[in-house]
Amino acid sequence: MIRFDQVTKRWPDGTLAVDDVSLTAPTGQITVLVGPSGCGKTTLLRMVNRMVEPTSGDVYIDGQAVSNQSPAALRRGIGYVIQHAGLFPHRTVIDNVGTVPRLLGWDRRRIRDRSMELLERVGLGAELADRYPAQLSGGQQQRVGVARALAADPPVMLMDEPFSAVDPVVRGQLQEEFRRLQADLGTTIVFVTHDIDEAINLGHQVAVLRVGGQLAQVADPAYLLAHPVDDTVAAFLGRDRGYRALGFVASPRLPLRSEEVLLVGESVAEDASGWRLVVDEERRPLGWVEGGRVSGVVQIADLDLGGTLAPVDGSLRAALDAALSAPSGRGVIVDDEGILLGTVRAGEVLDAIAAAERPERGNA
Amino acid sequence: MIPTIWSWLTNPASWSGPDGIPTRLIEHLGYTLAVVAVAAAVAIPLGVWVGHSGRARWLVSLGNALRAVPTLGLLFAATLVIGPRLGGQLAFVVPSIAVLVLLAIPPLLAGAYAGVEAVDPAARDAARGVGMSGWQRIRQVELPCAMPLLLSGLRAAVLQVVATATIAAYVGLGGLGRYLIDGLAVGDYGQTGGGALLVATVALLVDGVLAVGLRGLISPGLRLRAGRA
Repeated sequence: MIRFDQVTKRWPDGTLAVDDVSLTAPTGQITVLVGPSGCGKTTLLRMVNRMVEPTSGDVYIDGQAVSNQSPAALRRGIGYVIQHAGLFPHRTVIDNVGTVPRLLGWDRRRIRDRSMELLERVGLGAELADRYPAQLSGGQQQRVGVARALAADPPVMLMDEPFSAVDPVVRGQLQEEFRRLQADLGTTIVFVTHDIDEAINLGHQVAVLRVGGQLAQVADPAYLLAHPVDDTVAAFLGRDRGYRALGFVASPRLPLRSEEVLLVGESVAEDASGWRLVVDEERRPLGWVEGGRVSGVVQIADLDLGGTLAPVDGSLRAALDAALSAPSGRGVIVDDEGILLGTVRAGEVLDAIAAAERPERGNA
Repeated sequence: MIPTIWSWLTNPASWSGPDGIPTRLIEHLGYTLAVVAVAAAVAIPLGVWVGHSGRARWLVSLGNALRAVPTLGLLFAATLVIGPRLGGQLAFVVPSIAVLVLLAIPPLLAGAYAGVEAVDPAARDAARGVGMSGWQRIRQVELPCAMPLLLSGLRAAVLQVVATATIAAYVGLGGLGRYLIDGLAVGDYGQTGGGALLVATVALLVDGVLAVGLRGLISPGLRLRAGRA
């Protein structure tokens, strides 16, 4: 557990970066610090490993004040991931990953084994081990950055906008993998971002800061979306927060309808009308075709790919999105394997939403 | 002109004895080595420290201002001031070395400083964040990353010292400069021209050798980056 106890940071020029913040980041969870630029979120993060010394107040890790520990020793016990990764350009990937174990004086063999294990863990092939950072893509560099932070198996990790500099598709992948990795390892994480969607997507707990370095609200994401404490927090959360909050409400058992499907390669009947769902041999949905507009054998190129797929045990948001995005208006629901279970209409999802309980827990 | 230079260069007498080209060449390279060693010992740690700490940047500006000082004038002044306090050969050697050291410092200082200064701020931040001490950051991150610029400063310094070490001959010392001074004094233009040609050739050869020899000190990871930019 990391506890910020009434920390304040005033820069020498008089600017107040962090204003009397008290906050607890629970063990084994991701606490996201989010807010517009100038809200002091990075300054707050950097107090944990003494990259910034608070003007007053202190930070405690498992009850130990960080101000009593030597900065170098403290930092070696805390994973540190930053935007643009900050890899050492003159070292190979494997040597970058082994940085902290080397500082800790592990023997070579153990460093190499541990580094290779971590590369695999973050989804990088062993063939990248002897490359240099300049030979990697931005996403790969960021993975190496995460591996480097994890090398000495730190109980606590600090991440400062780690995924902001990569393109949106890669960012989504990295977030997903990171979330799984964190759940696996149970690391206590403080994560800084300016992106409210990322905060809500990743955080077990979200702390919203406002310009001037004040803590505006701390809550779990669902509660935060449902009950912003004031106008500035509400404005920062954005307009479609009602819709996004559905992402935290698990779908109840939706009334699924069976769908008449077309196997890819089959022909559309001459007199067919309306949308038909096309699946592969294992009944995985591929896309929709409209009868009358396509004739003869159905090709992949003929498919309308607009519809999203919702997992049956997913959120109401995913189910509603599937219904809204399908050209037929019938949302496609799949199982864990991606195999078609049935379809659902937007109205039916809305009924389920009306019946669902809204989030009321969390601490204001 | 060219035939006289050629005949001086090909005359076996030019290549033997205490005035012979091999002797003068060794003297010349000896001065260069001593000068660059002293200058590097002063300028590189200083430049790295300024780049690392961000303090005392004026030192680098001062170093660059030094480039404006006329070397030959300084040599005479130094010989007049320092010379009488030392006896014998040292009265000339010390001022010559000192003046050449002053000449070699600016490129070394600027190279070391610029090299450390140019290290990716994210890499420096990460070096602190993973728990490296100040000294470890210099040794393990800043210095290796600074190598390309630091070494090009070194090459610039060596090139300049090889070319300028000829002036030591003005105050009676050896080196390839002797041929220029002595040739002019007796009107032996073959010797003057031959000497000038030798200095230029040596400067280019030394630079070429350094260019190849120092590559090993630069991490392939940094060369890749330069190649891509």
